[in-house]
Amino acid sequence: MDFWYKLLEILPFEWAKAGQMVFMKNALLAVILLTPIFALLGTMVVNNSMSFFSDALGHGAFTGVAIGGLLGFIRPLSSAVIFSVVFAFLIALIKHKSKMAGDTVIGVFSSTAVALGIFLATLGGKNFAKLNTYLVGDILSITPKEISLLAVVLIFVVMFWYLVFNRLLIVSVNTSLAGSRGIHTFWYEVIFSCVLAVIVTVSMSWIGLLVLNSFLVLPAASARNIARNQRQYHLLTVAFSVLAGIAGLILSYYIETATGSTIVIILAIIFFITYGLRKKFA
Amino acid sequence: MKNVCISENNCQKLSCGLCCTKIKNFGVTLGNTVILEDINLHIHCGELTAIIGPNGAGKSTLIKALLGELPHTGTLEYVQAQKGAFQTPVMGYVPQNLNLDSTSPTSVLDLFLSCNSRFPAWLIRRKNEVEKVKEKLAAVKAQHLIDRRLGALSGGELQRVLLALALDPVPDMLLLDEPVSGIDQNGMELFYQTVSSLRRDYDLTIILVSHDLDMVRRYADRVVLLNRTILKVGSPDEVLQSQAFYDTFSLRWQKQNNTRGDKG
Repeated sequence: MDFWYKLLEILPFEWAKAGQMVFMKNALLAVILLTPIFALLGTMVVNNSMSFFSDALGHGAFTGVAIGGLLGFIRPLSSAVIFSVVFAFLIALIKHKSKMAGDTVIGVFSSTAVALGIFLATLGGKNFAKLNTYLVGDILSITPKEISLLAVVLIFVVMFWYLVFNRLLIVSVNTSLAGSRGIHTFWYEVIFSCVLAVIVTVSMSWIGLLVLNSFLVLPAASARNIARNQRQYHLLTVAFSVLAGIAGLILSYYIETATGSTIVIILAIIFFITYGLRKKFA
Repeated sequence: MKNVCISENNCQKLSCGLCCTKIKNFGVTLGNTVILEDINLHIHCGELTAIIGPNGAGKSTLIKALLGELPHTGTLEYVQAQKGAFQTPVMGYVPQNLNLDSTSPTSVLDLFLSCNSRFPAWLIRRKNEVEKVKEKLAAVKAQHLIDRRLGALSGGELQRVLLALALDPVPDMLLLDEPVSGIDQNGMELFYQTVSSLRRDYDLTIILVSHDLDMVRRYADRVVLLNRTILKVGSPDEVLQSQAFYDTFSLRWQKQNNTRGDKG
């Protein structure tokens, strides 16, 4: 971390000076690690029209936190991860088994999860306020230990993406085609959903449930407007994501707003700019 | 086109005749609905077998059952001179359409690399692999489409690209599910010519679900009339002139001819 603090001293910002505003420097590093994770997974979320699904995962994670709190975990994260993976698996399974429309299945799970989460969190007249941090998120509260966790997660996601991307892409192109090439489509969908669930749950307390889905969807949706192949798509998604992350964090410091939502607003602006340019790249 | 089929007899001589696919007592039931029953077919390789039938006859279902995607009764047996009998032939499959939306940034090259490369298509493109893709595309006259997005292809172009993909690696059995509409007449002709020459070049078992009876008459070696079960099997002329064909298709065939006439 010391190296990182030293590195930042070359920046012309007040907070970047030695010994100043450590939380800001931590947050900046966290954003740089966190945004590519969301960008990579987001490319496939948008490919597979899963944005409603990833939104539901956030709700599942929230319930997980509430259950963790009820069971008396000091850090409800581990229980939340377990719960949201089970939650993701159940959605995938029921979507696979039943003939019901996918978004109906997700809707059922999503609303049940939120209701259950609030029910459990307020059980016995408890105050809901302490869970607010999961709704809005606070990246400035991130600790160096959590940043190293993020670094590990980033390495894991890049490796995961290196190994399974090809197969996930074929599954998204046509499931029967994937099947004819010996790919077990259901299990690939499950694996992707579970990885997504873990990432969403882990980052919920920093980004906030309410804007978390935008981190997945907006960069990829913007890149999609102008990219012509998967390489450009990935490059642009990661670039937009990291850029908006850094800009949003710094901006939120000066205009004193919640970081997560500031980043999302910048992402939204990028989306509309690329949307305007889409015909030039078609 | 090399090896253009001159007559049916000629074709049968060219094929090896030593390998065949036996579909025995195939049946598919989804929920309480019987979609297919009593399907028995014996298909020789080097033969283009076309499956025709009205909407909802179970044509696509049969293809999906053959692919092993849908649970089915009965067996699929594949016999080849060198390998003997085995149950899991390498399948090549050309789907009816793609699930991708038309804005998806997935190029033809991406599709091929993701199917056949060990490296992720978003990161690494090996030169020799790209060259190989170009060759495969050239075989279906589509090498110029390599950098196009899948969503930007016309129906006929997409079909040829998917055909090239299904042939890489060369399958034992090629299953083609033709789209109901959206392919121009030229694209259709080119597609059938390619498939037709493939059956001898590679000695493949080809099963084609078709909606274009005119093409079937001109290119298929055998025609299977399907409507929940097999109503008639034989040469194109035998099937297209049979009573069973007339009963299933009479209205449709007339209508199709009329609309053709109007356009002409």
